[in-house]
Amino acid sequence: MSLAAARPAAALAGAGFRRWSTYRQAAVAGVFVNTVFGVIKLSILLAVADSAGGTVAGYDRIGLSTYAWMSQGLIAVVVINAWTELADRIRTGDIAVDLARPVDLQLAWLAADLGRAVWALLSRAIVPILFGAALFGFRVPGNPLVLVLLPVSITLAVVVSFACRFLVNLAAFWLTEIRGLVTFYFLVAGLLGGHLVPVQLFPGWLQTVAYATPFPAIIQWPIDLVTGQATGWAVGGVVAAQLGWAVVLLGLGRLVLSRATRRLVVQGG
Amino acid sequence: MADTADRVVGGLRTDGPTVLAAYGALVRSRVAAQASYRTSFVVDIAAQVLIGLVEFAEVYVVFTQVSDLGGFSFAEVSLIFGLATAAFGLADLVVGHVDRLPFYVRTGQLDAFLLRPLSALGQLVTSDFSLRRLGRVAFSLLVLVIALAAVDINWTPARVALLLSTPIAGAIIFSAVFVATSAVGFWLVDGTEFANAFTYGGNYLSSFPFTVFGSIVRRTFTFVIPVAFVAYLPALALLGRDDRMGMPAWLSWSAGPVALVAWLVALLVWRTGLRHYTGTGS
Repeated sequence: MSLAAARPAAALAGAGFRRWSTYRQAAVAGVFVNTVFGVIKLSILLAVADSAGGTVAGYDRIGLSTYAWMSQGLIAVVVINAWTELADRIRTGDIAVDLARPVDLQLAWLAADLGRAVWALLSRAIVPILFGAALFGFRVPGNPLVLVLLPVSITLAVVVSFACRFLVNLAAFWLTEIRGLVTFYFLVAGLLGGHLVPVQLFPGWLQTVAYATPFPAIIQWPIDLVTGQATGWAVGGVVAAQLGWAVVLLGLGRLVLSRATRRLVVQGG
Repeated sequence: MADTADRVVGGLRTDGPTVLAAYGALVRSRVAAQASYRTSFVVDIAAQVLIGLVEFAEVYVVFTQVSDLGGFSFAEVSLIFGLATAAFGLADLVVGHVDRLPFYVRTGQLDAFLLRPLSALGQLVTSDFSLRRLGRVAFSLLVLVIALAAVDINWTPARVALLLSTPIAGAIIFSAVFVATSAVGFWLVDGTEFANAFTYGGNYLSSFPFTVFGSIVRRTFTFVIPVAFVAYLPALALLGRDDRMGMPAWLSWSAGPVALVAWLVALLVWRTGLRHYTGTGS
């Protein structure tokens, strides 16, 4: 990115951070909800481990706790649900104004989303993880490479998540109502991404399906770095694969956007 | 504003038939509005069936790893899942949108409701029915029927009555949870996510046997947020099993009275919230 593009991007990221940081009540409520869901999810997973004789698919009790609380913290940062602002602007025709602006539409929204993610990390992710670690245990990764690559991996997870949500929103160019699509995306991405149950617990065929989608890059892979499911060369492989998905999906988003805007007609004066 | 609210909520309810006719017209208009876009409606219903399928996938994945969960088989957990999600789906269909209370507050729609001679809650509920959720309820009932065929139940007239009444009592309990927790929006306009912990969280938790949860979670979701009565406790009575954690057996038959109490509490919370409401100030 050239310096000329970097300055507005940084400003937009800052604006994204400040915009979301005004919703303090929502952040407290979000932490509470994520923590309650974490307790429910971990209880179910621990019962699975109990039935399986202590460990399941390479996860012991501490491993499952680490997974559950990382996934609860991370989900608030990467978010897979409910972002329809772009679709709303497409439906109302405001998109025409956005396209006339001298900043790249996709990069502008990406920058704002990264700013939001930083605020979410500070306000919504850390508390559930600390709560879970204190009550149920947490395995801090010993590998220094993991500690270096984890921030990169989480950033790429946000970028891949954004690229997917950008594509879902672009569907509004063809469909007037994308509410059903957004809900469906949330559930499929959550399941195949490993938010409800770790992908390693899936039966073989479902693992194949999951790894053919970008969703594990959003949730499961960054968690694998922490739980130690990814070790050695796999640590670098995870980040490289995330980078690959980010490039492919952002590119696809640009392609779809250019196709959509070629036939865009906005009514009214 | 508080005085107006009281008068409208309390005062004009006695006018039975007229009020019912007004609500009837509101409901019919919502049904007609949603059914008029035929294709979009069918697609929405199909999407809801898929949503049910994805929810059930979690249960399926768990049972590819183990053959029992908290002492219950795949078929038995499916029975609990079917009861819980059918009840939640019905409640979500009828009152699910009350958790958008802050939206109604912000847009001034709530003030419009308060000026009309019907209760604000009644108008809020009838302002939007999500008929598409019938797809989700249908999927839950399908899971329920298959699970009932797969488990071993010693059928008696009492158990048949319990099976038929449970999804309805469960839906009433979940609606009460929706209304009571959404009323938080009267105090915290940005804090309505709190409600999700008990509504969607309640749906998630009640789809699994309560034996997997710790005692604090179990007691909270039995005696404070009574979703244990939606599926787990009635399922015990259907299967003729005792609660491993020592809940008395008669609790399994108590969903009806619990639903009644839950609604009384929900209405009390709602009315307290509405009295607290003073408008958006604009």
